[in-house]
Amino acid sequence: MSEASLSNAFFTILKRDLTLAYRTRTEMVNPLLFFIIVISLFPLAVSPDPVVLRSLAPGVIWVAALLATLLSLDSMFRSDFDDGALEQMLLSVHPVSVLVLGKVLAHWLVTGIPLLLLAPLLAILMHMPSSSVPALMITLALGGPILSLVGAIGVALTVGLRRGGVLLSLLVLPLYIPVLIFAANAVSNAAAGLAIAGQLYFLGALLAMSLTLAPLATAAALRISLR
Amino acid sequence: MWLFYHKLGSPRYFYNLSGKLLPWFGWLTLLLILVGGYWGLVLAPPDYQQGDSYRIIYIHVPAAWMSLFVYIVMASAGAVGLIWKMKMADIVASCSAPLGAAFTFLALVTGSLWGKPMWGTYWVWDARLTSELILLFLYLGFIGLEAAIDDKRTAANACAVLALVGVVNIPIIHYSVEWWNTLHQGSTVTRLDKPAMDINMLIPLLLMWLGFMFYFGTSLFMRARNEVLHRERDTTWVKELVVE
Amino acid sequence: MSEFFHMGGYAFFVWTSYGLAAIVLIANIILPMKRKKEILETLKRRLRRERS
Repeated sequence: MSEASLSNAFFTILKRDLTLAYRTRTEMVNPLLFFIIVISLFPLAVSPDPVVLRSLAPGVIWVAALLATLLSLDSMFRSDFDDGALEQMLLSVHPVSVLVLGKVLAHWLVTGIPLLLLAPLLAILMHMPSSSVPALMITLALGGPILSLVGAIGVALTVGLRRGGVLLSLLVLPLYIPVLIFAANAVSNAAAGLAIAGQLYFLGALLAMSLTLAPLATAAALRISLR
Repeated sequence: MWLFYHKLGSPRYFYNLSGKLLPWFGWLTLLLILVGGYWGLVLAPPDYQQGDSYRIIYIHVPAAWMSLFVYIVMASAGAVGLIWKMKMADIVASCSAPLGAAFTFLALVTGSLWGKPMWGTYWVWDARLTSELILLFLYLGFIGLEAAIDDKRTAANACAVLALVGVVNIPIIHYSVEWWNTLHQGSTVTRLDKPAMDINMLIPLLLMWLGFMFYFGTSLFMRARNEVLHRERDTTWVKELVVE
Repeated sequence: MSEFFHMGGYAFFVWTSYGLAAIVLIANIILPMKRKKEILETLKRRLRRERS
């Protein structure tokens, strides 16, 4: 049997997680429904007046995306932890952080991309000017993976706990704040027609940092939680 | 130096050493805070702009500084505990968390009490106050995670990872909050800037800062000694200690 | 003397901050002391039970 190379292991984990997610695809829809419902609460709660909604929209959409990702994070390791697949993963010859990267990528593909595709619909719902929709898509494309990567650290820390859900949000939300600040601001600047290169560079830098460091921290956290 | 470092790892050595240091730290703290407090409240001249309300600085600035310092102590103690598996380091990290949260809470409340006379509102989304608030959430996350995990060893290691991730994120959070603050700068500059500090105002601030540092040492030693007694209760040296 | 307590009109803010600081600082000294007594008590009781 050919010695399983690292990329081979990475893609098998990715394929496995995607097929697992596909099998329970009704579950995949939950974060999306949450995303839409939370956003449509605001016109009811605040006011349907387009001017007000337009000024609220970037922040509301991004906070909703943040919370939707937070809710969907738990599924990343929970099922594998229960049936012991996680322990097998830790015993593999390959560095755990690369396998974790595979799982995080799968989680992002399953929850991050749908949020991204849904964003234009919600931009219309919130009367956002068409100039800000591309910015919204770009920030979600850049910010989404960061949310999954940093969230993976929190999930790995609380995977062993019975009721880790609320604690997970307390651990992870403070770490999401830089992404929220730059992304929401980029969208509102784009709506006002200003340049948003600076914010996108910063989001790109955050993404590069999370891509390199977060899997290491997640692997360490997994090894600790599963001891 | 290395021998001292490794001996510090043994709970018994730490217990005896901290026992000797504790009275010194305690009295020094009391002296520094009383002198600093008296000097700051009475001798220091009132600020030409803020009058006497600026005297809150003698609590606010040392507390804010300590909140960051204690988080760094926590992260490094966690790292030592994680890398060299030193039980004492775990104890220091878990004992300093509540202290850090207390300092952060103190900095937040005194910051808002100082803001009221100056801007008429108890809470200003000023860059430093906001970063302080987020730091409080990081502390609460640390304490929450530690309370949630039953096994002491796993809890200490998990919290060490969280503290390390936190300490990497603190500059990023602070920078983005600063950037966010300059963005939404109201017409009136609402910076919580320190008033012009002549020497008579600066010395009490340094005294209070030093007093808070020694206070942290005192309270940390007391908590750590309790934790050592509790965790080492089955060892003979603790039993002998109790019998005396 | 009363002028001192008046703190130039900001008495409430200054003294609340100092009072709160005193409470927080003193509490973090008293609590560990009480906890130490508690630990030693339980340990003594346990030892007495083991010995008898």
